[in-house]
Amino acid sequence: MDIGGINPAILIASLMVASVPIMLAAIGELVVEKAGVLNLGVEGMMIIGAICGFVVAVHSGSAVLGFVGGAVGGAVLSLVFGFLTQFMLTNQVATGLALTLFGQGLSSMIGQGYNGIKPPATEPLNFGPLADLPVIGTILFRHDWMVYGSILIIAAVWAVLKYTRTGLILRAVGESHDAAHALGYKVVRIRIMAILFGGAMAGLGGAYVSLVRVPQWTDGITAGAGWIALAIVVFASWKPWRVLIGAYLFGGITVLQLNLQAAGAAIPVEYLSMSPYLITILVLVIMSSGRGKAALNAPAALGQNFHASR
Amino acid sequence: MQRRTILKGGAALGFATMMGGKMALAQGLEKVKVGFIYVGPIGDGGWTQAHHVAVLKTQEHFGDKAEIVWQENVPEGADSERAMTQMALSGCNIIFTTSFGYMDPTNAVAAKFPDVKFEHATGYKREHPNVTTYNARFYEGRAVNGIIAGRTTKTNKIGYIASFPIPEVIQGINSSYLHAKKVNPAVEMTVVWAFTWNEPAKEADAAKALIDQGVDVIFQHTDTTAPLALAQKTPGIIGFGQARDMEEYKPTPRVSSIIDRWDAYYISRIQAVLDGTWQSQDSWDGLAQGAVEIGEITGVSAETKAEAEALRDAIIAGTYHPFTGPINKQDGSVWLAEGQVATDADFAGMNFYVEGIVGDIPS
Repeated sequence: MDIGGINPAILIASLMVASVPIMLAAIGELVVEKAGVLNLGVEGMMIIGAICGFVVAVHSGSAVLGFVGGAVGGAVLSLVFGFLTQFMLTNQVATGLALTLFGQGLSSMIGQGYNGIKPPATEPLNFGPLADLPVIGTILFRHDWMVYGSILIIAAVWAVLKYTRTGLILRAVGESHDAAHALGYKVVRIRIMAILFGGAMAGLGGAYVSLVRVPQWTDGITAGAGWIALAIVVFASWKPWRVLIGAYLFGGITVLQLNLQAAGAAIPVEYLSMSPYLITILVLVIMSSGRGKAALNAPAALGQNFHASR
Repeated sequence: MQRRTILKGGAALGFATMMGGKMALAQGLEKVKVGFIYVGPIGDGGWTQAHHVAVLKTQEHFGDKAEIVWQENVPEGADSERAMTQMALSGCNIIFTTSFGYMDPTNAVAAKFPDVKFEHATGYKREHPNVTTYNARFYEGRAVNGIIAGRTTKTNKIGYIASFPIPEVIQGINSSYLHAKKVNPAVEMTVVWAFTWNEPAKEADAAKALIDQGVDVIFQHTDTTAPLALAQKTPGIIGFGQARDMEEYKPTPRVSSIIDRWDAYYISRIQAVLDGTWQSQDSWDGLAQGAVEIGEITGVSAETKAEAEALRDAIIAGTYHPFTGPINKQDGSVWLAEGQVATDADFAGMNFYVEGIVGDIPS
């Protein structure tokens, strides 16, 4: 069952893998932005996660510990951002950009001597006979645990934001920090927690790049994935399940264009190469036109600093 | 009155210093400051790392007589002009720009700094007397790897991760294909254009797409080890080290490699600046001069290894040229007649596939 020389089941399976890093980073950033903080340092936190995860995995011999290390690394870096923006009240945009630059430099420094080393392998989960099912088996039952984990995280974030008191408080802080403060919520503390979560998710996404997708360390390995994650949050208009769709769409087109080339499709390569970006722009335009819903859905206090004295 | 005298004096002094500087240059220098512009990080595992290894050897060779500075991750295009200008202003006597995309920026900056020497890797434009171009005959290495590919493939599908549609890359694709085809007429070549030199995730995805399409031998003309790291996940897939030996993937998936050796060239050119004998030129060395080396052949049959090594030795001895006619272009028209050998001018402008490769080169 091939379409244009491409087996759709294999294509879907590879796009699910390709989307994991941007999906994780985006869902983390979504929570951060829901709390009213704009952290543009996703790329920096991802790459720190990539190298921390790699180092931990290599020394411990365990990929699972590597992922934990990546998440911790990303979270620790995000704490720098949290301290500067929440306590020093620095400009969030500038601090976020600086965080990316800092993360890239620091990762390169930590990564000295880790070139050419292979991390412990992350094997696909064993679903036994399920993996041999035609089509479904290929798409659903041959992945490593992080692929399923990332989808579970999306579900968890959705459920927490929608149904729990914690989610309500988080959203209140993001919509109007003054009102939340007046009600007695610790705005800064809640935001720091959100920033830490965002950092951990970005770190986890980065670790997936260096441990599974390209199992190795090279400087600049995330190559701009953090920026795509930021775009996906807007694309998703701050809704968790749409993050999943956005990540699959972007990851899917990236994989599809390479597969189309490999299958010898008679479409000029230039169009294929630019298609992921074109579609992102196109969807952003469509989403934010019409009722202006995307703009309305943005947390009202996004990017504003809070101090209790006001 | 007095002020004017001072100004005059100052002008004269400035003029004298300038002339003095010029004369010193013509006679050679005591100490040279050298700049390198890199397209990727020095730890990319491939292209940039190979340059940097050569730079470290060069530094060791000259010791105190050369001060070497470098900048990593300089994007190709307009931003690179800023990096080059900064190096020129900071007193570099010679600047090496080590990626094809620096071609026009190098010439533009060279026009502004006639006293600074510029050396551009892999390009062909020398618009000013202070610009040199240098390259290596990577296609000779591709020929040797092509033999291994043709002999080793089981699916008869060979994949090629290409970066940008420039002559250097197309030479490599044609050379690999011709030599794989020579030993295995059934091979097919699939080319994927990544439009990047240095994006590990994308390179790995490209390798994955090729493997999904049934390819079992992967060539790469991108800079990192990502395709090999990906190939390692699937048993039976082989690939080749590019620019560096990439020995960490021995014995498979990396079964051989094309190693770039820039140190001898860098040392000779910097020495020329010190001696005051530097001149604009176009340098293009290959296997015979040691600018390109074939990494140890591992993980394939002894016969294949011997055959590949024989081809390598023939190229070094000058008894075999990888592009010897009859060779037709993709459209079936004759490119090289029986016994005719491609000239350097043919290589410099190569913008076509040879007969048998399917697909179009993006323009």
